[in-house]
Amino acid sequence: MHEIQFTVNGQRERARVPAGMTLLELLRDRLALTGTKEGCGIGECGACTVLLDGNPVASCLILAVEVDGHRIETIEGESGGGELSVLQQAFIEAGAIQCGFCTPGMIMSARGLLSRTPNPSDEEIVEAIAGNLCRCTGYEAIVEAIGIARDRLLEGGAR
Amino acid sequence: MTGDLSYVGKPIARADGVDKVTGAAQYTHDLCLTGMLHTALVLSPHASARIVSIDIEHAKLLPGVRAVLTGKGLCYQLGLYMQDKCILARDVVRYQGEAVVAIAADTLDIAKAACQLVTIKYAELPSVLDPRKALNDDAHLVHPNLHTYDHMQGVFFPTPHSNVAHHQKIRKGDFNRAMEKADAQLTASFYNPPVQHAPMETHASIAQALPGKRVEIWTSSQSPYTVRHLMSTCFELPHANIRVHVPYVGGGFGGKAGLGLEPLAYVLSREAGGRPVKIVATREQEFNTLPSRQGLHSTIEIGTTSAGKITAFKATYVWDAGAYADYGVNIGRAAAYAGAGPYSIDNCWIDSLVVYTNKVFGTAYRGFGHLEVLWGVERAMDLMARKLGMDPVAFREGNLLKEGDTTITGEPFTKGHGNPHQCLQSVADAIGWGTPSDPPAEASKVRGKGVAALHKAPAMPTYTSCAAVIKMDEDGAADILISGVDYGQGTYTVLRQIAAEELRIPIEKTHITWECDTAFSPYDWQTVASRFAYMGGNAVIEAAADCLNQLRAVAGQALDASPEDLVCENEMVFPKGEPDRGIPYPRLTMGYTFENGNSIGGPVIGHGRFIATGLTHLDPETGQGLPAQYWTYGAHGVEIEVDLQTGEIEILNIVSALDAGKVLNPKLCIGQVVGGVIQGLGSALWEEFVFDENGRFLNAGFVDYKIPTAKDIPRHTQQILLENPQPGGPYGARGIAEHPMISVPSAIGNALYDALGIDFTTLPLNYERILTRIREKAERS
Repeated sequence: MHEIQFTVNGQRERARVPAGMTLLELLRDRLALTGTKEGCGIGECGACTVLLDGNPVASCLILAVEVDGHRIETIEGESGGGELSVLQQAFIEAGAIQCGFCTPGMIMSARGLLSRTPNPSDEEIVEAIAGNLCRCTGYEAIVEAIGIARDRLLEGGAR
Repeated sequence: MTGDLSYVGKPIARADGVDKVTGAAQYTHDLCLTGMLHTALVLSPHASARIVSIDIEHAKLLPGVRAVLTGKGLCYQLGLYMQDKCILARDVVRYQGEAVVAIAADTLDIAKAACQLVTIKYAELPSVLDPRKALNDDAHLVHPNLHTYDHMQGVFFPTPHSNVAHHQKIRKGDFNRAMEKADAQLTASFYNPPVQHAPMETHASIAQALPGKRVEIWTSSQSPYTVRHLMSTCFELPHANIRVHVPYVGGGFGGKAGLGLEPLAYVLSREAGGRPVKIVATREQEFNTLPSRQGLHSTIEIGTTSAGKITAFKATYVWDAGAYADYGVNIGRAAAYAGAGPYSIDNCWIDSLVVYTNKVFGTAYRGFGHLEVLWGVERAMDLMARKLGMDPVAFREGNLLKEGDTTITGEPFTKGHGNPHQCLQSVADAIGWGTPSDPPAEASKVRGKGVAALHKAPAMPTYTSCAAVIKMDEDGAADILISGVDYGQGTYTVLRQIAAEELRIPIEKTHITWECDTAFSPYDWQTVASRFAYMGGNAVIEAAADCLNQLRAVAGQALDASPEDLVCENEMVFPKGEPDRGIPYPRLTMGYTFENGNSIGGPVIGHGRFIATGLTHLDPETGQGLPAQYWTYGAHGVEIEVDLQTGEIEILNIVSALDAGKVLNPKLCIGQVVGGVIQGLGSALWEEFVFDENGRFLNAGFVDYKIPTAKDIPRHTQQILLENPQPGGPYGARGIAEHPMISVPSAIGNALYDALGIDFTTLPLNYERILTRIREKAERS
């Protein structure tokens, strides 16, 4: 067992975790943050994407002990104070959601992109979500949604 | 239903959007009950073997293990149409990946560790992997006792002492005579490999055995009532003893239509003294243990006049069912009655054979066999047109069904069927059919165009039905109870639009709770076959009418008016032309109270239902009859660019036209079309199961089995939605959810010939296959 400290969505957390526990298991099974999904368990589908110090990672490939001293953001932190973020709003408006199982990971990948590249091209958007599989939508509406969010963030400054 | 519509036909955003973008949506994967156990499985390493012995004693002794089951004590036969499957393998294993032992423990890690302590001895048996070889007299029999299995009588026809689970025949006119007299003849063969649905949420089920032979289930299912019914049949429990909850479902595409992990979770819970047991399929199990889409070998013969009229059509469809029949037998049936494409053919002969093999079994998958048969049919149409020296679009035009024709099962084609001609012409126009492609930017690339038509009807029993209940709230809002599942299609949003339209209330005042619960929601057969909006929509219209009748009856007494003279508008009931006298719904929905306190009426609860009408079983010898509640027609046109050095295809443009009858929600409808087209691209370009010579599945996961990613989006897509109404549909609508996927491979195959002058007959059209053929052609010339 290892004692770790980290923050999730700005909240300070402390946990004793076995060496083999993944960040995904820590989030879902210990912290009940089930918005982050498991789609394959081997880093191939992107459903478990969260931000580690602002960068999108497959949480099924990160060990819990590795996040000691680090900052995690999950889908549960995306809407501040109950208000949907610009990204979340854009996903709804553009019809970028069907079954919704890939949606949290998709939004976290998009959030990571917009944080480091405020004005991405459509090609950069595609590149940013290329590791997030979606079997329902055919991706077009997702790319459109992230484009809408980009434009609004550039205009306005809201989250 | 005429005049201006407030909600139907409008691009309303989906009702479940907020839950899904915030992570609040709870799927079966996310549920956790007090005392819940977790399950791991031991799978068969062999495609065909006798189970000699299973030693579970060491596994049972591991602390934290609560139940260890083998097939031995589980004397149950399961199956939707053919009862051919056990909960866990008994005596023999029939495919590599079949579940043999299941262990429920306090944690998943303990369950997995216990699996390592199980020892199983197998004696390998002969196997059969190719369904064509499985038809040989001396083939290994996957089910030697097939003749003893219960199955749906009068609909499915297994051949005793063979590997044929169902033989569907279509016989119309005199094929042999017509083929002899034909001016031009063609024979060609095609192949589709088995593929996976790959929903992002793998199968997950939780079951709890309760006292009094009751069971409560939470499951990622498309069909709560079918789960309940099959559990009832299997375990001989009254239906009311089984309660099935379906929370949010992370994609289905047919793979979650029938019975999945629920019976296993239940028997484990029973064994563990009633603790709830959860089973979540790993991604590998989703591929290798749970069902897939059947493979298909097609041979097609066509005869025509010299002017290009098809006079004779014959097809032999040999389906690779895998080890169990599941939906496969019904796919063999449905794809046969649609198996000549959307064409008028007087002399037709089809044999559709659903054949057991020692591979992971097949089930329903979006398109229900139609993508597979139309891969062959729509490629064959291009081959035939070329043979005749005709333009492929013009050739199809001359043969597409029109008013006065009959389908190959003898169903008259009417105006209400929609317009396949308009679909084909729309896509041909949109891709600039007849004008050459712009030259590619690089000399090593070539371009081509192709079209393909499509059709499909819901494949369902003749008695398929569903119901809707609308409970009106104190504030005049409407709660809709229904048991079809919205696993992403958007149907709940559409049903809310219909309810708001019919009840004359704002859409914000309509609600559908995202959990089907058989204890409270009324019956629906299954959420399959693109029939939920159609049947559920009709049931909601009837339930809303029932509510309005109740509101008018009470308001009539309150206003001293005849209910027939009252209208409902803007959440009020009032005498025609006198809105000032209106009574707001909230004063009626729980009953009306007069000034003196006397009260009348009571809570308004409307009930609506729908049942398929006029359908018949197909004649066992000729296949003649009426199998289809309605048909949906469509077409795709594509323009592609092929890299001659790598074999890589880029989709420059794909245009899809579907006759939706009425577009109930354009945003959701287009979402279905785009998503279906891209899923069709997966079948066209990349997806296939690979087995070794011993039947071992080699690419059971996303590492080696690639589905389309965001990088695979075509350069341009276009969706053309036609609205030639279906007379029985809600507002004239037809189902369209499966159709966008169908014939995408065919259109690309046809475009590949246009680009390369090479005919492809085997899917997928991957780089390797294309490059090999490009090189072969170059060597020959």
